[in-house]
Amino acid sequence: MRITQGAFSFLPDLTDDQIRAQVQYCIDNKWAVSLEFTDDPHPRNTYWDMWGHPMFDNPDAAALMMELNACRKLYGDRYIRVVAFDSSQGWESVKLSFIVNRPAEEPGYRLERQEAAGRMIRYTTKPYAADKPAGTRYG
Amino acid sequence: MPNKSETVTGKDRYKSGVMEYKKMGYWEPDYEPNDTDIIAVFRITPQDGVDPIEAAAAVAGESSTATWTVVWTDRLTATEKYRAKAHRVDPVPNAPGQYFAYIAYDLDLFEPGSIANLSASIIGNVFGFKPLKALRLEDMRFPVAYVKTFQGPATGIVVERERLDKFGRPLLGATVKPKLGLSGRNYGRVVYEALKGGLDFTKDDENINSQPFMHWRERFLYCMEAVNKAQAETGEIKGTYLNVTAATMEDMYERADFAKELGSNIVMIDLVIGYTAIQSMAKWARRNDMILHLHRAGHSTYTRQKSHGVSFRVIAKWMRLAGVDHIHAGTVVGKLEGDPATTRGYYDICRENHNPMKLENGIFFDQHWASLNKLMPVASGGIHAGQMHQLIDLLGEDVVLQFGGGTIGHPMGIAAGATANRVALEAMILARNEGRDYLREGPEILEHAARSCLPLRQALDVWKDVTFNYASTDTPDFVPVATAAE
Repeated sequence: MRITQGAFSFLPDLTDDQIRAQVQYCIDNKWAVSLEFTDDPHPRNTYWDMWGHPMFDNPDAAALMMELNACRKLYGDRYIRVVAFDSSQGWESVKLSFIVNRPAEEPGYRLERQEAAGRMIRYTTKPYAADKPAGTRYG
Repeated sequence: MPNKSETVTGKDRYKSGVMEYKKMGYWEPDYEPNDTDIIAVFRITPQDGVDPIEAAAAVAGESSTATWTVVWTDRLTATEKYRAKAHRVDPVPNAPGQYFAYIAYDLDLFEPGSIANLSASIIGNVFGFKPLKALRLEDMRFPVAYVKTFQGPATGIVVERERLDKFGRPLLGATVKPKLGLSGRNYGRVVYEALKGGLDFTKDDENINSQPFMHWRERFLYCMEAVNKAQAETGEIKGTYLNVTAATMEDMYERADFAKELGSNIVMIDLVIGYTAIQSMAKWARRNDMILHLHRAGHSTYTRQKSHGVSFRVIAKWMRLAGVDHIHAGTVVGKLEGDPATTRGYYDICRENHNPMKLENGIFFDQHWASLNKLMPVASGGIHAGQMHQLIDLLGEDVVLQFGGGTIGHPMGIAAGATANRVALEAMILARNEGRDYLREGPEILEHAARSCLPLRQALDVWKDVTFNYASTDTPDFVPVATAAE
């Protein structure tokens, strides 16, 4: 399966040129860009690991692309996403987020159902990868 | 319009008998509205022979303190403060017999935080007033002091996006069709297919409540199975607007609580439940961390015709105050009423922290929202993937695009229809961000995306020529024109 978090997961994987164009768009909007990576793709895993701080004063997408390549060297077997943060009043949150690296295999999720009273079901979503300890999940 | 006050003062003012409203103090052309006044602009169509100033004064009177005759009990109050004041009357451009009347209301005329109270004054008795052929509430200006007495959207656009983990693109939804007749089990099937295929949300329609073919608990249980299953198959957060509209407040709370217990992230209500019930549900939603979707069922009965009723821009303002998170606000290109400039105005009301006066969009006043949460507009009704470039250009990125027929009617099935919409959306956002002239190159961008997405190819083939080109009835009265400085 292919997890479809992020803004462009339904398109073919973005090329580096395409990633650079998106990052530049964010920078031109005065958003701070950064990279985050994880080997726990649970849909409610909000806090992926940060690859350094958001780049608050970076005028050029090239700097992020350099970081991306460095991040891929270390964590190329995991999910990596670009996150753009808008600090302007009234938003102060993420403005764009998209996946730029995936594990070679994406085993997906197990849906567990616990039958409860009144036909109620308690659902739990578990990434198959999360059965293994962190750091040894992919590749 | 004449700009002299005709207010009678002194002893004569309270002589028993009937007096023209404009003489009772409801027409004060010199009045400078206070920053804390609520201002309303009405479109008035006086009966033949009725002086427009007197008609405006009558509207001010009947929507505030007046009755048809002089009453001595006025003298027991600070009546000059409580009288609403018509202070400006302009002829409507290109509409003989119609006038815009601006009326200012003192803040103390209103109960804090109550749309019911506000609307009982502003659109109460006055709309049936005989000397007027027709009356329409066009727009309102709320002072910050009043805005701050309301909760505002329970969740708001930013937190909604954070909860859903979806940023940088419009959200995608679909209303389950057929809107009536499906059993709970069949209904959940549509929800599952649509969410699995790529939509973020599915939606109950306005009249899906608890009918013989599907009682509400059946719907909720099967829908949540669909949501959770689709979530596990995509790794992405999904939701379905469970309509909790019911006959009584107690029933609605029961349904909403059940939705929450089942793990739903959103519930839905219809505008027809009434302002008080809407505010109650908004508080419930804030307390329970739920997104609150509002379907504007019924609004066209009073918003559509320009001569009489209430403009939707006023309803949008009331609903932002009342505290819903989603509101249907028009598509422009779809099957339902929606002039582009007027719709733009609605969207600005929902999403901006400050609306500058913009007559060409039907916005008559500056409006500060005092950091009230932003309200997510929903575009629904007769739209399809082939219009993606137009939709993004007209409606922007903080919007839910709902393709009901445009998902479920796909020749390869519901999931394929959902995928087509999602791919079209992502391709268009990608192109927009790359700086391409996506509005002009839209069809080309879609064609290109369709090369690696068969469902999109088929969607474009089926619906490429579908448009709804009818003249709008609710259009702005002001067109921007270049004028020489005087």
